[in-house]
Amino acid sequence: MATIRSRSKKSEADVPPVAGSGGNGVGPEELPVDTDTLLDYYRQMLTIRLFEEAAQTAFRKGKIGGYLHLYIGQEALATGFLHEYQTGDRIITAYRDHAHALLLGATPRAVMAELFGKGTGLVKGKGGSMHLFDVQNGLWGGYGIVGGHIPLGVGLAYAEAYQKTGGIVQLYFGDGAIHNGAFHEAANLAGLWGRDGMCPCLFILENNKYGMGTSVERATAMTDLSAKFDSYGIEHEDVDGMDLVTVLETARRAVARVRETGKPYAIEAITYRISPHGAADFLERYRSKEEVAEARKRDPINLLEQRLLEAGAVDEQQLAEIRREARAVVDDAVKFAEESPEPPIDELYTDVYADSAYATDSPVG
Amino acid sequence: MPVMTYREALRTAMADEMERDESVVLLGEDIGIYGGTHLVTDGLIDRFGPKRVIDTPIAEGGFTGAAIGMAMGGMRPIVEMMTWNFSFQAVDQIIQNAAKVRYFSGGQVSVPMVIRGPNGGGVQLSAQHTHSLEGFYGHFPGLKVVSPVTPHDAKGMMLSAIRDPNPVIFLEAGALYGTKGEVPEGEFLVPFGEARVAREGTDVTLIAYGRQVNMLLRVAQTLEGEGISAEVIDLRSIRPFDEKTIIESVRKTHRAVVVQEQWRWFSVASEVAAIIQEQAFDELDAPVARVSGAEVPAPYARNLEQAAFPSEIQIATAVRRVMYRGV
Ligand SMILES: Cc1ncc(C[n+]2csc(CCOP(=O)(O)OP(=O)(O)O)c2C)c(N)n1
Ligand SMILES: [Mg+2]
Repeated sequence: MATIRSRSKKSEADVPPVAGSGGNGVGPEELPVDTDTLLDYYRQMLTIRLFEEAAQTAFRKGKIGGYLHLYIGQEALATGFLHEYQTGDRIITAYRDHAHALLLGATPRAVMAELFGKGTGLVKGKGGSMHLFDVQNGLWGGYGIVGGHIPLGVGLAYAEAYQKTGGIVQLYFGDGAIHNGAFHEAANLAGLWGRDGMCPCLFILENNKYGMGTSVERATAMTDLSAKFDSYGIEHEDVDGMDLVTVLETARRAVARVRETGKPYAIEAITYRISPHGAADFLERYRSKEEVAEARKRDPINLLEQRLLEAGAVDEQQLAEIRREARAVVDDAVKFAEESPEPPIDELYTDVYADSAYATDSPVG
Repeated sequence: MPVMTYREALRTAMADEMERDESVVLLGEDIGIYGGTHLVTDGLIDRFGPKRVIDTPIAEGGFTGAAIGMAMGGMRPIVEMMTWNFSFQAVDQIIQNAAKVRYFSGGQVSVPMVIRGPNGGGVQLSAQHTHSLEGFYGHFPGLKVVSPVTPHDAKGMMLSAIRDPNPVIFLEAGALYGTKGEVPEGEFLVPFGEARVAREGTDVTLIAYGRQVNMLLRVAQTLEGEGISAEVIDLRSIRPFDEKTIIESVRKTHRAVVVQEQWRWFSVASEVAAIIQEQAFDELDAPVARVSGAEVPAPYARNLEQAAFPSEIQIATAVRRVMYRGV
């Protein structure tokens, strides 16, 4: 079934040119990638947005259980960085993982079915929203313990180097996770191994300002988060994570650098979680409505839309068509998830051991 | 007697002790301004201020370790694990320091602290967010481990836990925070190591703790219609363990079924079964039955999750089996 990935999947030859140094310097007349590609990103980001909104609705209707963490506001980030994904790379992230799965090529149907706990889900209804895996497309999960996956990402990167695959790891984690011991222990190893070119790992710190209800300022006295990488000898830079064009430009350079050197590199992407922490989270005592409204002014999808309109790359009619198309993809995914069967009860006992057929164990002794 | 929720009972106990004893402080993630993920600590930051209700970064190992230091230094910290699933990140601190430092310091220090939070599954949180850790923590000498199911016991055992001079692992019934019950006002302590007879009966002894106690009460009701009189025992305290109440009951009924959400292997039910056969072998008219969680990581889908946990049907079947009623 259809994925949301770029239609004109880039080959090495037709990588669109990057112009300017990103950020402020890039005016509408000098968009760093060709407009067809940008439109394609716009379509992907919009599809992710509508997907997340549909998931939220389904959650409130009780069709999705457990936790549901949405990526609303952060779309430009994964879109920009995963544009640099090449076969063999390994992507690992926390529980806010729907966008990563979709961008890497999991079908909206499979991801939505997973959220619905159906047998047709991306991991057969056995992981749910927080544990999306799609290894053949490069997604290595999907983890629910904050910071807990960071050491795994560093180990995956070591393996890439050891096996000389030429692949790199993109390791996503939050501003909350950086205070976890697991980060610091793993970052130290990454710096160390990287000296010998043995850790092609791009740390992507998604600073969305909050870890649940705790702002960056309330979690650390040293709020320049990326500077923490200095402690481990890992070079780093910041990027405006709301502006896709800037993200693309930064991602291009950062990924190339990691690929070439085998050393870790870190990006602190400044972004904002527009949605509540989780879909069940109605009380937002830790931030004001005004603050969220202010952040919405830099909604990454609107920013991109503005750029495209100003550049004359698209007109309202085309935008409407893209919206209609994205909506249809998401509606189809929901319908599919809804109509899919629950996992067969036999699935309860499968996948426990890699060498399969251990006798199952009755819960009644 | 006032009626309150399990959540309020816990909050009342903590607030009362904080009022009484200034050395009691709370630490945890989002327990202050956010109000607590399960609202157990809601409002306490307004009453006691941020020095006593301490919002921490997400670093279970770090803040649990710091709290152990506070306790060694004479404070009485209460640490909230947002859920017990995250305590694995603090296991090194809990087991290597809290449980042992008294022993390897030759009795020179003690660790009067409580680590509390929701435990157990039932709300589709899937593999990493679903555990019942009574057996796990109950394994380690140096820790006390309790698991109350009623609001009454939630308060009475929390008061005991805060005053206990040892580290107490306080496993709350996460699915029951909203359930209501009668809770005495003021100070009353439910001592550790005393099981509660939740229902009297003569034909079979049903044993559990936490939210499975409520299932047992419903099953006992059903069985009554079949002429089976079931006694229900709520263990409440896993370490120390009340062997006496159980053995007395088995001497009366001659049959026992032990129910738990956790996995069967190396579990509380296994220990209970072993204790019964050791101490009342000649009294038994049937082997002790155990009903446990399926031996798989917790699945996500609702039907799979339900299949992974003990059901009332499974429990009733186990009872009929030990009664030798046609199964
Ligand atoms: C070890 C651990 N502690 C607590 C939690 C509960 N929790 C889930 S998400 C979260 C906030 C994490 O914030 P951040 O890393 O900034 O990621 P974001 O949610 O903003 O994407 C918390 C505290 C958890 N899952 N794991
Ligand atoms: Mg964050």
